[in-house]
Amino acid sequence: MKVKEYRTISGMAGPLIFVEGTEGVKYGEIVEVRLGIAGGSKEKVRTGKVLEVTEDKVLVQLFEGSAGLNLNESRIRFLGKGVELAVSPDMLGRIFDGMGKPIDGGPEIIAEKKLDINGESINPAARNYPNEFIQTGVSAIDGMNTLVRGQKLPIFTGSGLPHNELAAQITRQAKILGKDEKFAVIFAAMGITFEEADYFINDFKKTGAIERAVLFINLANDPAIERLATPRIALTAAEYLAFSQGMHVLVILTDMTNYGEALREVSAARKEIPARRGYPGYMYTDLSTIYERAGRIRGKKGSITQIPILSMPEDDKTHPLPDLTGYITEGQVILSRELYHRGIYPPIDILPSLSRLKEKGIGREKTREDHADVTSQLFASYARGKEVKELAVILGEAALSPVDKLFSRFADIYENEFVKQAEDENRSIENSLDLAWKLLKTLPRQELKRVKDAMAEKYMGKE
Amino acid sequence: MKIKGKIMKVSGPLVVATDLPGVKMYEVVRVGEEGLIGEVVELKGDHVSIQVYEETTGIGPGEIVVATGQPLSVELGPGLVTSIYDGIQRPLEIIKQKVGDYITRGIDLPKINREKKWKFVPQAKKGEKVNAGDVLGEVKETELVMHKIMVPPGVEGTIKNIFEGEFTVEDTIAELSVEGEKQIKKLCMLQHWPVRQARPYRKKLTLEEPLITGTRVIDTFFPIAKGGTACIPGPFGSGKTVVLHQLAKWSDADIIVYVGCGERGNEMTDVLLEFPALKDPLTGESLIKRTILIANTSNMPVAAREASIYTGITLAEYFRDMGYRVALMADSTSRWAEALREMSGRLEEMPGEEGYPAYLASRIASFYERAGKVTCLGSDQRIASLSIVGAVSPPGGDLADPVVQNTLRIVKVFWGLEDRLAYMRHFPAINWLRSYSLYVDNISEYMEKEVAPDFIKMRDEALKILQKVANLEEIVRLVGLEALSSGDRLILEMGKTIKEDFLHQHAFDEVDTYTSLKKQYRMLKIIMKLYYFVQELLDKIPFEQLMELKVREEISKMKFIKEKELNRFEEIEKELEKEIKMKKESLEKESVLSE
Repeated sequence: MKVKEYRTISGMAGPLIFVEGTEGVKYGEIVEVRLGIAGGSKEKVRTGKVLEVTEDKVLVQLFEGSAGLNLNESRIRFLGKGVELAVSPDMLGRIFDGMGKPIDGGPEIIAEKKLDINGESINPAARNYPNEFIQTGVSAIDGMNTLVRGQKLPIFTGSGLPHNELAAQITRQAKILGKDEKFAVIFAAMGITFEEADYFINDFKKTGAIERAVLFINLANDPAIERLATPRIALTAAEYLAFSQGMHVLVILTDMTNYGEALREVSAARKEIPARRGYPGYMYTDLSTIYERAGRIRGKKGSITQIPILSMPEDDKTHPLPDLTGYITEGQVILSRELYHRGIYPPIDILPSLSRLKEKGIGREKTREDHADVTSQLFASYARGKEVKELAVILGEAALSPVDKLFSRFADIYENEFVKQAEDENRSIENSLDLAWKLLKTLPRQELKRVKDAMAEKYMGKE
Repeated sequence: MKIKGKIMKVSGPLVVATDLPGVKMYEVVRVGEEGLIGEVVELKGDHVSIQVYEETTGIGPGEIVVATGQPLSVELGPGLVTSIYDGIQRPLEIIKQKVGDYITRGIDLPKINREKKWKFVPQAKKGEKVNAGDVLGEVKETELVMHKIMVPPGVEGTIKNIFEGEFTVEDTIAELSVEGEKQIKKLCMLQHWPVRQARPYRKKLTLEEPLITGTRVIDTFFPIAKGGTACIPGPFGSGKTVVLHQLAKWSDADIIVYVGCGERGNEMTDVLLEFPALKDPLTGESLIKRTILIANTSNMPVAAREASIYTGITLAEYFRDMGYRVALMADSTSRWAEALREMSGRLEEMPGEEGYPAYLASRIASFYERAGKVTCLGSDQRIASLSIVGAVSPPGGDLADPVVQNTLRIVKVFWGLEDRLAYMRHFPAINWLRSYSLYVDNISEYMEKEVAPDFIKMRDEALKILQKVANLEEIVRLVGLEALSSGDRLILEMGKTIKEDFLHQHAFDEVDTYTSLKKQYRMLKIIMKLYYFVQELLDKIPFEQLMELKVREEISKMKFIKEKELNRFEEIEKELEKEIKMKKESLEKESVLSE
């Protein structure tokens, strides 16, 4: 097919380009905008996609900025296909930019396949329910908000909190009990700073994880609009590794808030009617086409587990981004500034955190038979402890009943011994559960209504 | 002859076409070379706006659009139950077998299996005169569902022939001679119905019976009637989906239609994998055998999400027309409203609140109004019901959201989920102060007759205690527990017992997941009995001593008593009486001694 080139760009606004006099253009097609002598060293090339097409007019959204382009000299080509990523097992160990071009000085990837980055929706009838426990070695996650293979579990955080450290720790320590399988990490950075990206790269290098990692880096000074493609490119690579190569892939997406901002930018440039806080009404659908690409497929070996990191503006979890994310993902791990200020790492706010798939991933033959009881009891006791502490703030410690005082103390030791752990401390699930029993023993047995007698007898005595 | 037009504009799921003279609103059209399924949503001069139910990437101006002359319809007949469909009734299990793990577009498969043969047993006889809704015969679709083949609405005549035997859905099973028509009308099991049009019935009736769900906070405190409507709004993580799953599992309905509208793919998988293994408490058969699933997950095309709600309700109405008690769960209606909003935005309509179209309220109202208890068409005057439970996912859990507010104006039951309860892992996290049910009066007669004469009275008393607790907690927060009288402290303590030992229910515990009405009554009764006994002794015995009753431990475990062992409650009751008696006796002794 001969590719036609047009010189009829009639307008530009932010990342949007209007072209006239076109013919035979398809919706969603990829375009190239070029400026300068064709093939020359100074030739500028930008890519974008068709957002709206009528008989002779096209609206194009660029993935890179429109800076430096002009109306009368820029040439635009319609390539007749969607945005594609060249995939191959050789991607492991490599670093790419946000559009999938190598930036580590290595050679281009020789494509085994070229895949459309938008993917297709997994048939719900083809999915397999995630139920394999992933041990992260972090008690607050393993014990309370268990991560399972194929889950999407975001970390809701705020600026200045140690989410990167936690994500790196999970990446280092995550393993499936009693199994040795092919494992890969995909890291997609959207609009984060060089230091943050560098932290991850160094951490991966130090632990050797880089060998089985693929990195897609869009830094804060890279074009914002490119961020719309970055997570999709990363997930296309993930799908290839998981479902064609049979690997278990952990995808870290950071920071989804920057992605949302880019989405808003395009929507505003298109003059669409905004929903909440200027974000487009279709943001839920758009986010779901990213998050829903996690999962397992019946009869396929691999899996995709997602840990998106999302910084909440003003630590507000009702902000549209964390809010819509929470409605799609299978739970959330929320970091608390207050805990962090008290010197607790990881500062995971236990009560509002949640793993929806926990029930299916724990228990006998998966973790331990007492796991469900212990978790439920820890939640209830910690909640009561926190409530009592609030009461004590108003009425004074002296006004508390003796039992309430025990709960107040329990909340403290729970935070300091169970939640808190070192950045390089890798606790097995048995250790986490035994520790939990040790802490629960400080409370009177009749107050522990959520643990069954048989479990208490068996594990309470154990140190 | 089919009308063919061409595409002028493509913008996401919205396609504008021209040269389609005579095309009707809500008519189905096939778009582009691949024949994507779309529906006409706006006519303006010769411009036709079409919402396309599949991904439109790669479609461009100039391609053809073919009008089908038909509105968006569902196929009805044996083979629906146990199926999983997408929003426009495409069979997902078959798509998986045909094209693999991902949903590719342009797939056109029969919605109901054409090859499978069903054993048709006639009920009507040759020579009989039949009207719309009359039952021609039956097909045993699953162990739980006897599928009734009815004369479709708008048809009547005299049966010339009716056949018994094994037939596919397209084979003729009966022949009617219609008055004034020469040609004989052939009827097969397969029927069609447009989704946006409610199926007809004879008459709507007053609701009297509860839909028994096995969830205590619902059945006892905020019941929904069979044929009623309920909504369950809550922020993420508050357990909407678990409540809906529980309802789908244990409700005493004959047919369950579960619509996953713009929600998580894994949740539908959960239902698909879990339901076959679960047993219906009444019949002992697998729960999937009475269930139809509609799955249009969040990453599937947005226009089909808008249609999924209608597809679901039409299937539900079809089974209602057979005389069954049907319950439909929709998770979540907010996603449906968002799909409306997205299409409305692309049509450049004037937005109402929060960008939602101005017709949001009327769409929600007309959807919920399709629920009800009715006398069906057909000469046997069978009575059936269709109940609707819709989840709502307001942004930030804010109940001022237009979807919540418009839903509350129409539904009669409100189960308000609260994240504070969810954080304490108190499930179901239904707030007992904010929630309400307007069906209590409707069903009180049934409850008093079928369960116990004092059921409603006790429920009211218990609710009163919970109300008082809320007020007292305020006071405690200000002045401390010591300032309360022992009567108030008893109320606080009883509130705690009701919350922990009655309202709190484990969805994942084998026994606790379902509680029959009888058991609910006995549980609440023991708690209330304890309350009355202790109240009597309050001014004679110190409060702390009264709270040390050993039977309280038994009470805290009564939710785990199996349905088959309900006589255990009598033992607990006896023990309670014994302990109270002992307290009384020792009191008398003391008073004798002190004299």
